[in-house]
Amino acid sequence: MRSIIDILDLSVEEIDSLIETAQDIISNPGEYAHLCDGLKLATLFFEPSTRTRMSFEAAMYELGGYVLSMSSAASSSAAKGESVADTAKVISCYADIIAIRHPKEGAALVAANNASIPVINGGDGGHCHPTQTLADLLTIYREKGSLKGLTVGICGDLKFGRTVHSLINAMSRYDGTRFVLISPEELRVPDYVINESIRKKGIPYIETEDLDGSMPELDILYMTRIQRERFFNEEDYLRLKDSYILTADRMKYAGKDMSVMHPLPRVNEISVAVDDDPRACYFKQVLNGKYMRMALIIMLLKDAGKLNGTGVSGSRTIQL
Amino acid sequence: MNIDPIKNGIVIDHITAGKGAQIYSLLGLDSLDVSVALIRNVSSKRLGKKDIIKIDAEIPVNFDIIGYVDPGATVNIIRDGVTVEKKTMEPPELLTDVIKCRNPRCITTTEQELKHVFRLYDAETMEYRCIYCETRAE
Repeated sequence: MRSIIDILDLSVEEIDSLIETAQDIISNPGEYAHLCDGLKLATLFFEPSTRTRMSFEAAMYELGGYVLSMSSAASSSAAKGESVADTAKVISCYADIIAIRHPKEGAALVAANNASIPVINGGDGGHCHPTQTLADLLTIYREKGSLKGLTVGICGDLKFGRTVHSLINAMSRYDGTRFVLISPEELRVPDYVINESIRKKGIPYIETEDLDGSMPELDILYMTRIQRERFFNEEDYLRLKDSYILTADRMKYAGKDMSVMHPLPRVNEISVAVDDDPRACYFKQVLNGKYMRMALIIMLLKDAGKLNGTGVSGSRTIQL
Repeated sequence: MNIDPIKNGIVIDHITAGKGAQIYSLLGLDSLDVSVALIRNVSSKRLGKKDIIKIDAEIPVNFDIIGYVDPGATVNIIRDGVTVEKKTMEPPELLTDVIKCRNPRCITTTEQELKHVFRLYDAETMEYRCIYCETRAE
């Protein structure tokens, strides 16, 4: 059974195909409105989340499907001590596809290894968050017209930020990518990510603490939040949380075409005043995330044999 | 120093000097009810010094453990005093329940009876990482 745990579970060609599907959904939403009639998505969220869970649920509703939702570990059998493996087996009896978020790294893989239906990783601790990366890729594609030849700046918590690692893994597969990694010393990208995704592929990169000095050369500035929940030590969190704040004033250092992205939620790392800047793309990312999740759900349900070879919806036949 | 030849059993040879005790321990040879010899710092033309383990019975051996601790070691199966099989160990692709993941955020710390599985990422540096959280094995 095909599941998506890591962005690298998808080939570049499959990502191209998902982007194509998402673009078609954006242009022709009505044509997809009944594609998943009668099918059920289970959202198993063992960790607080608003946007990712709702994005998955909105995606399934807009495909005509149903949603079975578990929004916190406290309200589930996990509170009684049930394992992730058992939960995945049980939910496989009720639903056609699972989206899971869990605070433990690797939980989505355990779910996928035990479920008899496709599993989508909606975030497993500080490890992977592939659907956020799909949202990021569609946003970059729509803003820049291509995923190739871009200088990508990533700023903030590059150590614990799962979206950061997934984005680096994904963008490192496109020709001409260059990374500018902006963070405090303590929150730099882990060595294994640098080695595997950047150094071994010979991709140019720099690590720096200087946001202002880096901005003029960037096509993308991907801001991230310093996440309190990833720290064992409150003192470290308080010391580092305000390391980088992007203000309207600081945007003067950026080129006129630099896109500002953020996986959200933000706390204070992007000033609200930046929202009105036409280069701010983070709310577009949210919407793009829903479309890419729709495309991914379609792909996995098709692979699982839950959708027919063609989806007849509205006035058009959609080739699946 | 003389150790009697084995008639039926296993000889783990060409162990890098100093690694014999680790292999002995990880294979659980201390709990066997058969004769086992761990010979350390034996002279070796190829290695200078080496360790050897002799087990006086043909027990099931987890070759992955030997390949993980000391790729290049050899395992000889002896029957009726004759070497019937000789294997040179290589690093296994997957290492199951030999070492534990030390990442407190890993699902292996909470999930009931979940096997600790590591995958070989780099054969040159012998780098293994947890398949769940990708933390490097210590």
